[in-house]
Amino acid sequence: MNYIIEVNDVTMRFNLSKEKIDSLKEYFIKLAKRQLKFDEFFALKDVSFFIQKGEVFGIIGLNGSGKSTLLKVISGIYTPTKGSATVRGTIAPLIELGAGFDMDLTARENIFLNGTVLGFSKKFLESKFNEIVDFAELWEFVDVPLKNYSSGMVARIGFAIATITKPEILIVDEILSVGDFLFQKKCEERIQALMQEGTTVIIVSHTIAQIEKLCDRVLWLEKGHIKMLGDTQTVCETYKLSGHI
Amino acid sequence: MVTNTVKDFLKYKPLLANLISRDLKVKYRRSVLGVLWSVLNPLLMMTVITIVFSTIFRFDIPNFPIYYLTGSLIYNFFSEATNSAMTSVVGNAPLLKKVYIPKYIFPLQKSLFSFINLLFSFIAILIVLVFVPVQPTLLMFLTPIPIIYTFFFALGIGMALSSLSVYVRDLFHLYSVLLIAWMYLTPIFYPVNILPDNFLAIIKLNPLYHFITYFRNVFMYGQMPTLQDNLICLTFAAVSFFLGVLIFKKTQKNFVLYL
Repeated sequence: MNYIIEVNDVTMRFNLSKEKIDSLKEYFIKLAKRQLKFDEFFALKDVSFFIQKGEVFGIIGLNGSGKSTLLKVISGIYTPTKGSATVRGTIAPLIELGAGFDMDLTARENIFLNGTVLGFSKKFLESKFNEIVDFAELWEFVDVPLKNYSSGMVARIGFAIATITKPEILIVDEILSVGDFLFQKKCEERIQALMQEGTTVIIVSHTIAQIEKLCDRVLWLEKGHIKMLGDTQTVCETYKLSGHI
Repeated sequence: MVTNTVKDFLKYKPLLANLISRDLKVKYRRSVLGVLWSVLNPLLMMTVITIVFSTIFRFDIPNFPIYYLTGSLIYNFFSEATNSAMTSVVGNAPLLKKVYIPKYIFPLQKSLFSFINLLFSFIAILIVLVFVPVQPTLLMFLTPIPIIYTFFFALGIGMALSSLSVYVRDLFHLYSVLLIAWMYLTPIFYPVNILPDNFLAIIKLNPLYHFITYFRNVFMYGQMPTLQDNLICLTFAAVSFFLGVLIFKKTQKNFVLYL
């Protein structure tokens, strides 16, 4: 059986250097004084799970439980300290919308810049340009520098670019809270349309109702460990009973 | 593994092009003459240096303007490419923390951008060539060779510096001093024959010396480079390039944790 995402024994360790040592001099002074110690912090510890194609997979947990780190490992931003994350397919990460936006450039220029950051070709972006601006509903401002935009407008553009392809895997990190309620609804519809077409979706959310509504299976992380992994109903019930509503 | 790297590169090629064109836009934003500055700048510098060295310090170098321009073309490219590549990874930290991008894109982008500047400076040399009694020969068509050697040499150093500077930020300060020393160790405006022998031995360890000599030989002296010249230059370029890629590859995994 080939899974679309395989997370094998992933451990992610960070060095929490209390003061960051950025220079050689400091390094040698600390070394001489034997103060060179790092507090190790395990954001993820021996996490393993597999996701099948077409599945809608939820991740829940308190702040600092390692959810975002896990998403960053899956999307290739972090290389795990131990273990491996294998992904078979194209990913559209909606983790940080509008990564690489240059606030001095106009929305038009930024669509091309951000689009290429996500790995789209120029030709593709040209053909989809109208669709992107239509979706973001920003035709009036398309030649205005982004610094004059409201944060909601920036997020709209970001969402519109990131979801313009039919990705095989969509990663959604708590972003449905951007924009006004009308735009939120539009985002949700788009994500649901992608799901119907067989896109595998990973959702991180603090809104349990949303998870219950959308997901097939849920992973519950606690302090970097897997607390529970199973079907949505069972995990969500236990999660709620444990005092987190 | 290799096919994956190639696929990845092709996927992010538009990004590379986009970043370079943004560099160009930013560099010439709000200047009246725009891109023309890339040609004018070396010409003006040459005028200053030529005046200084034909009145105050007198070296007996025939066709000094071309001698200077060929030397400074190579050195300036090297210094600009490596210096800007060095800061490229740290400078793009916000982006690297947010999305997956092959990280080598950034030093490569800066090296290519400096390479474009080099092409503009080359136009300056061609302009001066009209006014100077250098006999053009067919060997001039070999000029791309030393430039390509220099490019790969600079790319290797740039990649190594960009990755090491993530861990040791002192490099930023150290390297600018090193570049100055390197400049004086490169025969840009002085002739090699004024040097004492022991000093010459040091200069011969400087790869830029070999690239520049190669460049001058084919460009202004009409002298066919030997196989040995080629082997020396190729070795410097290849060792630097592969070492740079290796260092970058070994260290890039943990970049995000130190940015």
